[in-house]
Amino acid sequence: MIRFDNLTLGYDRHPAIHHLSAEVPAGTLLAVVGPNGAGKSTLLKGIAGELRPLGGRIVLAPATRDALAYLPQRGEMDFAFPISVFEMVAMGLWREIGPFGKVRHAHLHRVEAALAAVGLTGFESRPVGSLSGGQLQRARFARLILQDAPLILLDEPFAALDARTVADLTQTLLAWHREGRTILTVVHDFDQVRRHFPTCLLLAREPVAYGPTAEVLTEPLLARARQLSEAFDEQAGVCQREDEEAHA
Amino acid sequence: MIEFLVQPFFEFEFMRRALVGCLALALGATPMGVFLLLRRMSLMGDAMSHAILPGAALGYLAFGLSLAAMTIGGILAGLLVVLLAGLVTRSSVLKEDASLAAFYLLSLAAGVMIVSLRGNNLDLLHVLFGSVLALDDGSLLLIAAIASTTVLGLALLLRPLALECFDPAFLRGVSRLSPVAHYGFLGLVVFNLVAGFHALGTLMAVGIMILPAAAARLWARNLGPLLLIAVGIAFLSGLTGLLLSFHADVPAGPAIVLMCGLAYIGSLLLAPDGMLAGRLPTRRHLES
Repeated sequence: MIRFDNLTLGYDRHPAIHHLSAEVPAGTLLAVVGPNGAGKSTLLKGIAGELRPLGGRIVLAPATRDALAYLPQRGEMDFAFPISVFEMVAMGLWREIGPFGKVRHAHLHRVEAALAAVGLTGFESRPVGSLSGGQLQRARFARLILQDAPLILLDEPFAALDARTVADLTQTLLAWHREGRTILTVVHDFDQVRRHFPTCLLLAREPVAYGPTAEVLTEPLLARARQLSEAFDEQAGVCQREDEEAHA
Repeated sequence: MIEFLVQPFFEFEFMRRALVGCLALALGATPMGVFLLLRRMSLMGDAMSHAILPGAALGYLAFGLSLAAMTIGGILAGLLVVLLAGLVTRSSVLKEDASLAAFYLLSLAAGVMIVSLRGNNLDLLHVLFGSVLALDDGSLLLIAAIASTTVLGLALLLRPLALECFDPAFLRGVSRLSPVAHYGFLGLVVFNLVAGFHALGTLMAVGIMILPAAAARLWARNLGPLLLIAVGIAFLSGLTGLLLSFHADVPAGPAIVLMCGLAYIGSLLLAPDGMLAGRLPTRRHLES
């Protein structure tokens, strides 16, 4: 589904994550973990096509680039905009309906079903700006459901949510997994990762470990991830690793 | 009473023309104002009208008081500023307000310099303050054509434009229409400012764009009603403004904009999302 070839992503020539080579097979439910500033969000941005690699490349399965669904950590939603929850969730149908397509009865039913799946039945006509943080995240998940994407990228979808909302949204996530979708999720709660995520990618501005969760979330590896520095070094020299690998 | 309201329009052709002009402006310019408001670019309408002025002035200086020359000049200057500002916004760290401000100021300075080369500013007052009571066939057709283009353009752009305003990151993720919506919308804004300056003048044209939109926003919580209410307020303001101008013998342009302002202040006081609604000693709160 996704292949990273010696991938380096970053800003102003400073790598946020460098030299990542890995392959994510279709149908994987992958937790991306690591300390703050480890390059987790940057990686998702790169896959979503919002950031061009500084080096290496990201190879997506054909036709995936235009069909992936990406839930950024901080969206750019304008909560003063006069739009109802129903309309906001219906945006998820964009790829089917587009700018001119007719909204049919079947579409309306699917929006209702998506709202029901995240527990927002009855919120249809509420202005989006009036939702609480948890309700908003539920609505964003409902929109993702309608996007019906084979590849789903979630950036800290469970941050600042109460236990019940996390549990409910995790069920949605697991349902996507059962449907065979590929899911990359940035998560901070290791307990949750151990319980629900079969595979794990541990990052600390470079890949530390990638594989079955039980083998990745071990104390020595986590300690190593914590040690790797977070800040950009303004005086940093040019990374030589590529040359070394070329010579090796 | 009815005579007071209707007779001026029966009796005088220039009043009928002015009314049709106002209807066209309400249908075209006001929806643009609604989206400017929603994009938090209300003040940009004003800026854009300054950007158009030099183009119109240049057309005037080159070809005299020619409708075509001034229109084309204004549209070209406006589109150039929109294009350059959009380019800067999309490829640098500067936000839309900063890049638009930079280019409209340049455009304005260039315009003032060009005008000073000929040194005849009197006729330019016509451009600044318009002449809704003296709309000839050409001007009226131009305004109507721009209003029609706008309604059609908005029908085509509505969905991407609404998404571009509400959640631009999402639109960029699912389609490539984000720049189309952005430039298409600002292009329509330029057209409508040009239409507005023939009727109300560059400075007043912004009034019939933004004031009804701001007033309507206090009443409506959904885009559809918001657009309809705004257009309604704009047209009613045009009608009452013309009557005020006729009966009290005051200039029509300012009268129309002042009526828009009256609707705005009235909405601030009365509307559910206005200033007072939340402060009144209200009914008791609901159970759930």
